Amino acid sequence: MEFQGYRRANGKVGVRNHVLVIPSVVCSQGAAEAITRNVKGAVYLPNVFGCAQVGADREQTKRTLVGFGTNPNIFSVLVVGNGCENLPAKEVAEAIAPSKKRLEYIEIQEVGGTKKTIAKGRKIVKEMLAEAAALPREPIPLSELILATECGGSDYTSGLASNPALGAASDLLVQAGGTVILSETTELIGAEHLLARRAKSPEIGRQVLDLIAWWEKEAIATGQDIRGANPAPGNIAGGITTIEEKSLGCIYKGGTTTLEEVVKYAFPATKKGLILMDTPGHDIDQLTGMMAGGAQIAVFTTGRGTPTGSPIAPVIKISGNAETCRKMKDNIDLCVSQVLQGKETVKEAGKRVFDEVVAVASGKLSKAEKLGQRDFCIFKIGLNF
Amino acid sequence: MAAKSKAIVINEKDNVATAIMPMKAGSAVSLVVQGRTEKVKLLSPIPMGHKFALRDIEQGTDVVKYGEPIGKTTARIARGEHVHVHNVISHRGRKEAA
Repeated sequence: MEFQGYRRANGKVGVRNHVLVIPSVVCSQGAAEAITRNVKGAVYLPNVFGCAQVGADREQTKRTLVGFGTNPNIFSVLVVGNGCENLPAKEVAEAIAPSKKRLEYIEIQEVGGTKKTIAKGRKIVKEMLAEAAALPREPIPLSELILATECGGSDYTSGLASNPALGAASDLLVQAGGTVILSETTELIGAEHLLARRAKSPEIGRQVLDLIAWWEKEAIATGQDIRGANPAPGNIAGGITTIEEKSLGCIYKGGTTTLEEVVKYAFPATKKGLILMDTPGHDIDQLTGMMAGGAQIAVFTTGRGTPTGSPIAPVIKISGNAETCRKMKDNIDLCVSQVLQGKETVKEAGKRVFDEVVAVASGKLSKAEKLGQRDFCIFKIGLNF
Repeated sequence: MAAKSKAIVINEKDNVATAIMPMKAGSAVSLVVQGRTEKVKLLSPIPMGHKFALRDIEQGTDVVKYGEPIGKTTARIARGEHVHVHNVISHRGRKEAA
C-alpha cells in the first residue's frame, strides 16, 4: 500500500512541504514570526530558549531545533539568530546540512536590525517557496511513514475506545513496514511490565523498566506526589482514578507488536516498527520530541478534547467520547464512540484511523492544520544561567 | 464487549466495571463477564465513565481493571459501590509508597 509524499534529496519522505524558519534563540523569535506572517507554506518555531543554556540542556534544545529542520516534512530552512546567543544560527544550520536541503542563516545584529532582517528573511523564504512549489507528490510505500502516537485530555473512553482503535491502526502500519513511536514515559507507570514483555531483547526490556523507575524516582524526589500532576484533575473527573489506570489505558495506542528500540528525547529512531521515545507526559513536549525525532504525522487520542497541532506536521485527533466529538467538532477529526456501544469493533475503528492516516499523509488537511494550531515546546532539562 | 450494556467489564480478572452512562443509586445493572450475565445493584450514584465494584473488595487490597492492579483500596468497598479517588490510592509515584 502507498501514500502520496515528497521524496527528499537524502531519500527521506515528507507528507508536507513546508519552508521552516527557525529562531535559534528567543530574541529572534519575533523576527521569525514576522518573516512567515501571512506567507502560505512558511512556518516558524516559537522557540523560547537558545541562550544561557549549558551542557545536556543546551544540547537538547539544539537537537530539537535541528530535528525540526531535518524533518522530511520540511523542504528548506532559514535559521534566524540575533548574533550573541550561545546557540548561534550558524551552528544550528550546519547541523541540519547533512539532510541536503537548501539552508540559509541570518543574524539580526549582522543584517542591521529587525526591519532589514524581516525584509531579507521574507525574500529568502519566498525564493524557497517557489522552489518548493515545483516539487510534486509521488507514490511512496507506507514503510516510509513514522507515526507519532499521543493521548491527552484522557477520560474513561481513552482506554476503552480511542487508544485501542489507535493501537489497531499502529499494528496495521507496523505490518506494512512502517514505524510507530510511543512516548510519554510517565504514563507508562504501572503498565511498564506489559511493554517490557514485548521488547525485542532483554536489554531493551530492561531499558523500559529503568526509564520508568527513573521518572518515578524523580517524581518522588520533588517531595511531592505525582498525583498532583498525573492523573490531571480533568482525568479524575472523567473517571480515571490512578496513574496505573491511566497508563494501562494509554499503552493500547502503541498496538501489540514487538518493541524494537528505546530512544532518548528528540533522537531519531534507527529501527522500523514500534519505538519508545523517552518523553514527559506533557502533551506538547512529547509531540515536539517525536517530530524532532523524524515523525511526519501524529494521531492524538483525546477523551475530554484538545486543540493540539504541530507547526510542521498534521496531528489527527480522535475521540471515543461522543459528547466531545459533538462539542469540539472543529477539533476532532474522527469519532470512535460507537466502539463503546458495541456498534463498531476496535478492529473496524482501527481501520478507519489507519485510512485517515494514509489520506492525511497524502495531503488531506487535519483539523488542527485548518485551525492553524502550531504548538511547539522543548522539554527543558536544565536551568538558564 | 457487550452491545448496549450500561457498563463494561474489560478483563475477566477485573473486580470493577466502568459505567458508560450515568446511573442512579439503587438501580440494577446487568453485565456480561466472559459470556455470563451478572446483575449488580448500585449502592451509590455512578457518574458516566466512573467505576463500581463487581464484588466486595477488602481494605488494602488491589483494585483490578484491564486485568492489572490500578491501585489499592483505602477502605472496604462493597459490591455496587463507587470506586474512585475517595477509596482507592495509587501504588505508584507516591512518597509513602517508596
